[in-house]
Amino acid sequence: MRQFAGTMPGVTSPMRDAAAIVGVAHTEFSKSIGRPERTIALEAIRGALDDAGLAPSDVDGLVKFTMERTVEVEIARNLGVPNLRFFGEVGYGGGAGCGAVGHAAMAIATGMAEVVVVWRARLRGSGGRPWASKSNRVGDEFQWFLPWGLSRPVDQIAMLTRRHMHELGSTEEHLGAVATAFRAHAANNPFAMMRKPMTMEDYLAARWISEPLRLFDCCLESDGALAVVLTTPERARDLQKPPVLVRAFSQGTGPEHVVMANYFTERPLDSPAKYSAEDLWRHAGMGPEDIDCAQFYDAFSPLVVISLEEYGFCKPGEGGPFAAEGNLRLGGRLPTNTSGGSLSEAYVHGMNLVVEGVRQIRGESVNPVPGCETVLVTSGNGVPTSSLVLRSAA
Amino acid sequence: MTAEAAPAPARPVPLPDDASESFWAACARHELVLQRCASCDRFRFPPRPMCPSCGSMEWRDEPAAGRGHLWSWVVAHPPVLPAFRDRVPYNVVVVELEEGVRMIGNAVECANEDLHEGMAVEVAWDDVEDGVAIPVWRPAP
Repeated sequence: MRQFAGTMPGVTSPMRDAAAIVGVAHTEFSKSIGRPERTIALEAIRGALDDAGLAPSDVDGLVKFTMERTVEVEIARNLGVPNLRFFGEVGYGGGAGCGAVGHAAMAIATGMAEVVVVWRARLRGSGGRPWASKSNRVGDEFQWFLPWGLSRPVDQIAMLTRRHMHELGSTEEHLGAVATAFRAHAANNPFAMMRKPMTMEDYLAARWISEPLRLFDCCLESDGALAVVLTTPERARDLQKPPVLVRAFSQGTGPEHVVMANYFTERPLDSPAKYSAEDLWRHAGMGPEDIDCAQFYDAFSPLVVISLEEYGFCKPGEGGPFAAEGNLRLGGRLPTNTSGGSLSEAYVHGMNLVVEGVRQIRGESVNPVPGCETVLVTSGNGVPTSSLVLRSAA
Repeated sequence: MTAEAAPAPARPVPLPDDASESFWAACARHELVLQRCASCDRFRFPPRPMCPSCGSMEWRDEPAAGRGHLWSWVVAHPPVLPAFRDRVPYNVVVVELEEGVRMIGNAVECANEDLHEGMAVEVAWDDVEDGVAIPVWRPAP
């Protein structure tokens, strides 16, 4: 077994390798899927159980995103789950994905449940934009940004991007390198919604959405559902697919967080990801050097540049040049978002990144990274975030 | 009347809470105030009931100098919320105030192309509707 660079002798996490992902599945992704959210959720969950070789009667836990419209008991009574002995949810939209998988892993590690399903079903292509439904009177955190028209997630991330450009020197070509790399990956993926090749010229010629961000800096608007099944490493050994161990997971917010408009702290460029990363590597006993392939949350391209820096693959200010050198592409130093990610496969709150991470370790990816054993997956940043290290059980 | 010809819907206005009520009431009088901890003197924004530095729940509103500099900005293009559709392309800025806190606003009396990092600004007021004003920022002389 290979030695991991971040390993500290004598320091172990009780969560380390204590649960395994044994099944994954998703529906098609499209602008308008034509079926209700509940239906596609059930399709994805049945698919993931089939992938694992498990039955609904094996399931005893469910973890959801807070924004999910279908509640756990609704899933359970359709699926035929005899009893939910563990259920929970993780908040903050796109920040939740890795956290939801991590909570499922914790339930398994502590013996609270043995087979736990995490799912995400969304009608985000046909169902409208959540930020567009605010009433005229805006309270809570919204009172501090909506009255001036800082209303869309793209505006909120563009604000941080401009500051990153100013303080750390990232450029629009750096962002273009991210978007074009992921599009190239999507070309091989039959599930990807955007497979047409895109050049840097195409990227730069696209219209502004929120300066300094253009159209192709933004994720797609998609309908689709995905599910992931976890169980104990022992039970995983007897199932039909190679188990993928949850090596570590973490969540993070940083101090005095304001959701999506997190500019009020002393150092806003120290994003929630920086905090999640520090804990993740400690729990994993690994470092960025040990990662073969990354799946970074990419609702907007600058989040990838920021993640490269916050998760320690690059020094501050070097994430953009790292992308521009082609390192995110197949054959690069860190093949990233190998299914096309949220920018070119589908935007489903990042659950497709978890699924692609599993497929890379199983050797099932449409863009396989040779010898891939460990994968980093991250969730939305600029909101309370989370991250995962997945690794081969072999 | 077609949808295009209809007037833009009303812009979002703040719904004050227990901690922000006095801030917005001062704004309505065109006065910029900042919440300051009565125990450790730390300014904080957005307003909240407890000081995250010392734990005190005693605080006061102090008049702010109303001066600062641009920390970052964006220029929003369509598609935007219907309430803002007549304003595109419009800017939104983050201002770092002399007191050390940051606040979101719009830059006024200034072309979007002229906005730059560190630009000196001073507070002005946007009367959104009767009894509701929000702070905005214009180039400081």
